[in-house]
Amino acid sequence: MSNKKLIPLTGDQAVAEAMRQIEPDVVAAYPITPATEIVMNFSQFVADGRVATELIPVESEHSAMSACVGSAAAGARTMTATSANGLALMWEIVYIAASTRLPIVMPVVNRALSGPLNIHCDHSDTMGARDSGWIQIYAEDAQEAYENTIVAMRIAEHNKILLPVMVCQDGFITSHAVEGVDIFPDGEVKKFVGEYKIAHSLLDVDNPVTYGPLDLQDFYFEHKRQQADAMKNALEIIPEVLREFNDTFKRSHDLVEEYFLADAEVGIIVLSSTAGTAKTVVDSLRKKGLKVGLLRPRFFRPFPKERIIKALSHLKALAVLDRSDSFAAEGGPLFSEIRAAMYESGQRPLITDYIFGLGGRDIFPQDIEKVFKDLEEIKKTGKVKSLVNYLGVRD
Amino acid sequence: MKDMLEIRWHGRGGQGAKTASQFLAEAALELGKHIQAFPEYGPERAGAPIRTFTRISDHKINVHSPITNPDIVVVIDPTLLVSVDAAEGLGDNGILVVNTPEGPEAIREKAGYKKGKVVTCDGTKISLDTLGISMPNTPMLGALLKANPVVPIETLENKVRNKFLKKLGPEKTEANIKAIRRAFEEAKIG
Repeated sequence: MSNKKLIPLTGDQAVAEAMRQIEPDVVAAYPITPATEIVMNFSQFVADGRVATELIPVESEHSAMSACVGSAAAGARTMTATSANGLALMWEIVYIAASTRLPIVMPVVNRALSGPLNIHCDHSDTMGARDSGWIQIYAEDAQEAYENTIVAMRIAEHNKILLPVMVCQDGFITSHAVEGVDIFPDGEVKKFVGEYKIAHSLLDVDNPVTYGPLDLQDFYFEHKRQQADAMKNALEIIPEVLREFNDTFKRSHDLVEEYFLADAEVGIIVLSSTAGTAKTVVDSLRKKGLKVGLLRPRFFRPFPKERIIKALSHLKALAVLDRSDSFAAEGGPLFSEIRAAMYESGQRPLITDYIFGLGGRDIFPQDIEKVFKDLEEIKKTGKVKSLVNYLGVRD
Repeated sequence: MKDMLEIRWHGRGGQGAKTASQFLAEAALELGKHIQAFPEYGPERAGAPIRTFTRISDHKINVHSPITNPDIVVVIDPTLLVSVDAAEGLGDNGILVVNTPEGPEAIREKAGYKKGKVVTCDGTKISLDTLGISMPNTPMLGALLKANPVVPIETLENKVRNKFLKKLGPEKTEANIKAIRRAFEEAKIG
């Protein structure tokens, strides 16, 4: 297969390319490892006059998201980018952005939250934000991080959605790895994202509106209910946007990715780059005749429950791989939700959880082979010995 | 069975191991291959031992973990042979490429690698002669290509030219090309 049109880019560079093509009106950002290169490369595009974006170099992430809220309320197409502690520092405003229904797109390069201080990949940052009201998309590689950034803009701004979107990729593992990336023609991306026109601009003095007023016992609850409905509606509308993206760019994006699941007996569920590593294990075990498969949720919010139940119900045993922990809960966040979803399934596969990769601990194909081996044992015995396991950690 | 070439680089922070691993991958990408090039980020400081990785394949590369069973290992700093097991995971048909004034036999002893091929090249001297500084990453690319023509040397030279011309100017760029050529000629395989 020839791939002469691919250009060498890191995941961060690829996302910066998407931002260059989208050319938002405003980017307000504060650099933090490993998302720094997104902001750094985009700043270069601004400095070189390649985009007309207003770049606001703020003094903290709290200010970054605050500036984004103001900008988006005014009606400007708005983006930022961050990681881990940066996301933690903007926390207060992250919730405000979502509840104010502002379609901000934020690439998040997943990194462990301190402490202890660590700059490497895990999903504790965005998993903590799973109830903030943001849509979350997780990318397997640089190509997908690039494409998700483009499609996220349309999802966020869809007039039946109007929710901010986090576009997640794995810190260093994909953000700093160079891969060949297919960059779409600028014109096609610009045409796809189109012009954004806010329905109620804060700066429209002829039709004045209020953003972010006090909202006490009388209406706060109704507004939260509307937010919940918006996220549920998003689940219906996102596939339409993905279909349009797929038709335009000859792609096959979906809410989830299924890999050899149709006739599988056991399967692994995992997000982001680890799904790629798991695919190589599925390939090699399939060659040995084992009926193994993989499910990669691409969207974690909204949670594509029906798709997950449909994809997994026929399996005998499942293992969820969580790259973050929820201390003394029954497993990590991905596990909790998959397990809860499967409760509704007529058939309930046996299910187990593996916490892995915290703080950037490497996960190798051998680790995933071990999980499949455990699943074969569970399938055979019909028993889950341990509900929550830790993979690749010293005992 | 294996349709992917995996290369692990050992260097010290500041010696350009990351750049070398990336140049090789990018040259392969121009030939229509699928690639990955990624460093292992530890405490980033000059002189600290670092590892970087290159994968080259005819197919899409899905795996996203560090390389444990490389086909080729390139050691950019010879002092690392004392502290790092450079040949770890290198198979029977592996290639160990080392920047050293010593010959392949002596390096086999030091690295404890009895199989495959060992390639030696005094990359530090070559870079001092051509560039006037110790920057042995580009010469070691030349030595690597002698042992395994991963990409034609001209493709690599063009890549180095494209990458360096704007950053370093024509004089230093050509010095790097010369270093690659000289290493390619001088490398000893044993």
